[in-house]
Amino acid sequence: MDENSFLSVKDLVVEYTSNKETIHAVNGVSFELEKGKTLGLVGETGAGKTSIAKSILRILPNPPAKVRNGEIWFEGEDLMQVEESEMRKIRGRKISMIFQDPMTSLNPTMRVANQIADGIRRHDGCSKKEALHKAADMLEVVGIPKSRARDYPHQFSGGMKQRVIIAIALACEPDLILADEPTSALDVTIQAQVLEMMDELKSQRGTSMILITHDLGIVAETCDNVAIIYAGQIVEYGDKYEIFDNPSHPYTIGLFGSLPDMESDEERLHPMSGMMPNPTDLPKGCKFYPRCPHAADACAEAEIPLTHLEGTHTCRCLKAGRLNETEN
Amino acid sequence: MIRYILKRILTIIPVVLLVAVVVFTVMYFSPGNPAEIILGPGASEENIHTLEVQLGLDQPYFVQLGRFMFNTFIRFDLGNSYVNDISISHELAMRFPKTLLLAVFAIVLELIVGIPLGMIAAIKRNRWQDQLCMLFALIGVSAPAFWLGIEMVLIFSNKLHLLPSSGISTWTGWILPVILVSLRGVAQMARQARSSMLEVIKSDYVTTGRAKGLKEGEIMFKYALPNALIPLIQTAGNSFASSLGGAIVIESLFSIPGIGQYMIQAIGGRDYAVIRGTVVVLSIAFCLIMLIVDLIFAFVDPRIMAQYSSRAKKERYRAGHGKEVRSNA
Repeated sequence: MDENSFLSVKDLVVEYTSNKETIHAVNGVSFELEKGKTLGLVGETGAGKTSIAKSILRILPNPPAKVRNGEIWFEGEDLMQVEESEMRKIRGRKISMIFQDPMTSLNPTMRVANQIADGIRRHDGCSKKEALHKAADMLEVVGIPKSRARDYPHQFSGGMKQRVIIAIALACEPDLILADEPTSALDVTIQAQVLEMMDELKSQRGTSMILITHDLGIVAETCDNVAIIYAGQIVEYGDKYEIFDNPSHPYTIGLFGSLPDMESDEERLHPMSGMMPNPTDLPKGCKFYPRCPHAADACAEAEIPLTHLEGTHTCRCLKAGRLNETEN
Repeated sequence: MIRYILKRILTIIPVVLLVAVVVFTVMYFSPGNPAEIILGPGASEENIHTLEVQLGLDQPYFVQLGRFMFNTFIRFDLGNSYVNDISISHELAMRFPKTLLLAVFAIVLELIVGIPLGMIAAIKRNRWQDQLCMLFALIGVSAPAFWLGIEMVLIFSNKLHLLPSSGISTWTGWILPVILVSLRGVAQMARQARSSMLEVIKSDYVTTGRAKGLKEGEIMFKYALPNALIPLIQTAGNSFASSLGGAIVIESLFSIPGIGQYMIQAIGGRDYAVIRGTVVVLSIAFCLIMLIVDLIFAFVDPRIMAQYSSRAKKERYRAGHGKEVRSNA
């Protein structure tokens, strides 16, 4: 791990406490991101993806959430150590976040342009009028006419609200965008539009991005690297081609296996059996052990280390690299 | 918006008429003969009968009702008190401003004390500030006003000689009554504001505000508070309405010649004419307050404002929206 790289997360542990129970949301996640690249965090609901993103911005609700351990190096600074006032200068300016649910992420009592202008004023220190002017320009960037600047969120459709949220995130031209399922709440045609727009803006400005999703199709389209998250751990990491061509963790294989194949004439989907383990009571060894078709006794005994496969490709499985031969 | 207000004012009319009919009917069938009340005990049968005829009390129910409605709503004459023969309209005109003043001061106090208390409690959740605010709120909600009133008079008037114990001849006379009338409201407002703020603080748009790098104060006042206020408007409206008609204990305790005191005297003396007149006037006041509450809702919440805007404006939005969707596609 290199402290000088653009973004480097080391051994991040996030826990939620409720009614004396501890929910282990993120259990030792480490990854790196180069400038201008996009990393996809893939996993099912509750795998801890959003908690990872919110820890980077330090906006986890505390209580109940608490970052137990971890370093987040961003442009040579450990974000876990910086003062709150310093952190406020980073939020929105250097790192911004696109939120998951466009219906609830905008302030219903505030005009959309003002919601965009808020961040601009805070970071650029310009006058209110100037900030509103820039906000209206931002709306145009995301494809909303300036004439709608004085409208309230309830006057927009879901897709347009998501565009406003993207405009808020892009307003101060951040270096890193944390996009938390930016398209999950949208229907497929709008999804394509929004993704295309984000891609365009990203390549124009050289912005890096962490894209949280459970949609492997979106990953294939937009990401450079992929981290597969399961029960708060990265179970497989690699560049897009390594993961898609050679999925090595049984969970990743299961994910790909559950996608319907358009070419073959299958009648049923192949879902993975079982559920994610209870995050208050995780298995001691491999977290995927109870659902794994290749489980052996050794898997349940101790934490599974990451095995290096080739290039950047790593996998958290005792049988890493040996599964495909037996399986396919 | 203006159309909406006019419409609402029109809907007040049937409500008030209905209230008048109900209150007249209840009073009509209540035991006790007004003529006997006016003449006092020991009046002769003959005198009572003469007065009944004079007042029209020997007429059938519908004739009496019709005359009451005609006098009240066409001639704006509420009649005279059975007990002292003073014009009720005149008396109400004298008393209503005092009660109104009491209620207005009380609601202002509720808002400027209750809401900040609730906000502090919510922001400092589960810390000593929260516990202190909520202890105060608990006392405010549960302590009976008459008891607190007597205690406060004992402390501030009899012991410390700071404030007058009754009467409103000087402005200092208002201080204790206003505090006492508002106390329950302040406490309720604080509790409501706390739970409302706690709800809003958890919401996604507050997180969005944080992610923009805004300062905590700005997030609280621009993102959390306006949204937390919405459910509080109703509480404030109800509390204002009830202190208009219900400050009876405090008005009696401090001898403030207001509506509450007037009502309680009328009920004690079976002065049905006064009860009828006061109830009708209060019902109009209540309806107007509820209208104002709804208008404040619209000003705080743009979603409600949108519902009130006239149809033409809605059509314009729709047309504009349609165009943009096409241009984006």
